[in-house]
Amino acid sequence: MRFLCMVQTDENPPWEIPGALYEAMAAYDQEGRLNGTLVESRGLLPSAAGAIVSAADGRVKAIDGPFAEAKELVGGYAVVDVRSREEAVELGRRLVQLHLEHIPEWRGTVEIRQIADF
Amino acid sequence: MVEQATRAAIEAVWRLESTRLIAALVRMLRDVGLAEDVAQDAVVAALAAWPVAGIPANPGAWLMTTAKRRAIDVLRARARHDRAAAELAHDLAEVVDEDPSAGIDHVEDDVLRLMFICCHPALTAEAQTTLTLRLVAGLSTREIARAHLAPEATVAQRISRAKRTLAEVGAAIEEPAAAERAERLGTVLGVVYLVFNEGYSATEGEDWMRPALCDEAVRLGRILTALVPEDPEVLGLSALMELQSSRLAARADAEGEPILLDAQDRRRWDASRIRRGVDLLDRAVALVAHAGPAAEPGPYVLQASLAAEHARAASVDDTDWERIASLYERLARRTGSPVVELNRAVALGRARGPEAGLALLDQVSDLPAMRGYHLVPSVRGDLYAQLGRWDEAAAEFGRAAGMAANARERGLLERRARDARAAGGPIASS
Repeated sequence: MRFLCMVQTDENPPWEIPGALYEAMAAYDQEGRLNGTLVESRGLLPSAAGAIVSAADGRVKAIDGPFAEAKELVGGYAVVDVRSREEAVELGRRLVQLHLEHIPEWRGTVEIRQIADF
Repeated sequence: MVEQATRAAIEAVWRLESTRLIAALVRMLRDVGLAEDVAQDAVVAALAAWPVAGIPANPGAWLMTTAKRRAIDVLRARARHDRAAAELAHDLAEVVDEDPSAGIDHVEDDVLRLMFICCHPALTAEAQTTLTLRLVAGLSTREIARAHLAPEATVAQRISRAKRTLAEVGAAIEEPAAAERAERLGTVLGVVYLVFNEGYSATEGEDWMRPALCDEAVRLGRILTALVPEDPEVLGLSALMELQSSRLAARADAEGEPILLDAQDRRRWDASRIRRGVDLLDRAVALVAHAGPAAEPGPYVLQASLAAEHARAASVDDTDWERIASLYERLARRTGSPVVELNRAVALGRARGPEAGLALLDQVSDLPAMRGYHLVPSVRGDLYAQLGRWDEAAAEFGRAAGMAANARERGLLERRARDARAAGGPIASS
């Protein structure tokens, strides 16, 4: 079963992101390649490079980023291929823990959603 | 309830860690059986400790340390009459408390070595498959038994016999030499593809497919591409499995009845798997081109190219059957497989008309390897049907149904025989 894991966090956080976190993330990804769970993963550019298309009063409205009013945004995602939801949760737990190890005051969530297969 | 949740969490950790855990233990202990036993002991210890103390921050390292300690105990018990065990126990004791993550730093080499060991030439193909699923994929004996429709006791016996064979030949100690390495890698790819195929078109039993086996094989293929990223055949196999599994959802109807390629709803093919497969194939083809002008793509790259041709085509009629026939011709030259010729007959039939397909089929259907193979009369029936020779088509489909071991496939062939008889009925009786 495949899951989409979305890392959501403050887009303009008060904390510094140390280079060591990027290295730890690369190591985490490599681990996922070696145990066959990682299908793909990517970081996302700031919302300034994106847009939101929505329905407003029955009409379609498109607004370019940045999304000022949103508190937490998806900053990266991974698609994982695992045998149980618990495995996806464990992978998510490790991801959050990784952030906390490098940024003790880090706040964020990993939303884990199963991908419909059939 | 909490107990249940913890158990599931521990099982998840085991799933994620077992491959590298066992691979590292095999390196340290040079004994596959012992490595697996102490890894299991570590899991039992986790089941006792974690529900009380919570899951440790680094569960993989916890399991590794626990398994190593257990290994030291076992080796010390053996040390009385085995000097090598005494030395090994001493060496392990040196490193076990220094750094809990020590010994997980050669993971690539370890996992590849484990794959080579599981595919040792002293083992039968059946043993290689079972051991790979057990030690590399981390499936339980029960899961393997369920996947292969074999009694659990049979699988357990197969595993212990395989471990005994490996111990006798000292497989866990040796590294395959460079010359043998390529051959051994070929065996590993063959074993993984065997697992995939058993899932993709189950040869026995009631199910037309067993997607769980396909998933395991795709995962093993993914691990291999991480371990050997520069080998075109490794990429080719992974591409092939991604492309073929993109059709899983479209290959059976809601009742589980098979739907053949022609009749599949291509909108149900998984586009993201197709994209991944095509990307992998492109990388593989680039590597072959890079190897020089004389370099020929290997069997997995050719098969992935074939799968990609189907994936690119919006419909059966849009398919480039000439290119497919020529790819099959190259594949036949590489493999000498009559089954490949059978597929080439299908492609030629599409590209140049059913007579061309029948002409090739006549050349290959009498080969010893083709005897008793249900797809020979099945393909022949299909070509007769395209020519409107319904009676002959019905007879061939009937013959094929009598040979098929898979219940779903047999049902499909019987249905085709009935349809052909119905189509030819009024004319045949007049």
